[in-house]
Amino acid sequence: MKALAQLLVPLLVAAAALAARMHGADIYEAMTAGARKGLLTLWSILPALLVVFPMIRLLEASGLPELLGAVLRPVFRLLGVPEETGLLMLLRPLSGSAALAAASELMQRHGPDSLIGRTAAVMLGSSETSLYVIAVYFSAAGVRDDGRALPAALCADLTCFLTAAWVCRLLWG
Amino acid sequence: MNLAIITIYLLSILSALLTGKTTAAGNAVMEGVQEALLFAPRLCAALCLWSAVTELLERGGAADVLARLLRRPLSLLFPKGAGDGETLSALTENAGANLLGLGNAATPAGIRAAKGLVRIRAGAELNTLVVLNTASIQLLPTTAASLRASLGSVSPFDITPAVWLTSVFSLLAGLMAIRLLNGSRT
Repeated sequence: MKALAQLLVPLLVAAAALAARMHGADIYEAMTAGARKGLLTLWSILPALLVVFPMIRLLEASGLPELLGAVLRPVFRLLGVPEETGLLMLLRPLSGSAALAAASELMQRHGPDSLIGRTAAVMLGSSETSLYVIAVYFSAAGVRDDGRALPAALCADLTCFLTAAWVCRLLWG
Repeated sequence: MNLAIITIYLLSILSALLTGKTTAAGNAVMEGVQEALLFAPRLCAALCLWSAVTELLERGGAADVLARLLRRPLSLLFPKGAGDGETLSALTENAGANLLGLGNAATPAGIRAAKGLVRIRAGAELNTLVVLNTASIQLLPTTAASLRASLGSVSPFDITPAVWLTSVFSLLAGLMAIRLLNGSRT
């Protein structure tokens, strides 16, 4: 079982390649097309990394978290959410690339396998850029937003952040 | 986002002056840019690998299989939308692509589903569709795992069960909120 888990990546590639081959796809062409999409993804999020990383670094270095921390820490403690993830939670519904950058910064500084790093990864992986999704769907459908989607989506996001923090603390705390 | 950037910069400057951390804060901006650049190639490796795998899964018809499995649960969520064959197939295609993390395939299908819901006058179910898409339920959290892998995680995918649990709770909360809001205004 341990060996299988360690071989997860090549196993997944092999399984996906077999499935694609059975559907008559050209595996090499598909994989290079996929890799090209990966490059394009990086190209589209790199500007956000370049804007958000310095912003977070500045915020951290300015001592503001310590100043605000005195006020906000009890609230975060009470909710059981690591206070370091505050900015990530704020950015998540607003911008996908900014949230990705904020989560990367947290994982880089605290380590991807730390509790904070894992919490950031779970928060990022189980939510979406709600404001963007709402805008796209309502404008594409050509109807006016009836004002229910946003509160519902934000309610889902808040639940996501709290659950992420609690589940991670339970599993890896 | 505009407001967030201005607020963060101004608050940081003010706070650096208050705490006397002006040197560190002054250097932090340039350091941040350099770190972003150093991080990019490592992230690129993981992103390209997972994009190649999801491309294979997509061509292997994994999204179609999932779409078929999702017909029944989605009919329960969209009682009116499921009555229209075209809309139902767009809904299942959207949910199947979301599960595989295929954002590029999920959005066009979702938009077709949204238009279908409006056409058959099931506008209330449009909110359900939006919540379903903002909750982001994925079988494999490839982006979050790619980030972890590029930063040297021992097993990047070990967050998967936590991501499932969290997405399910958040989806349930969103659906309940829609229910409550619909109830209070109709």
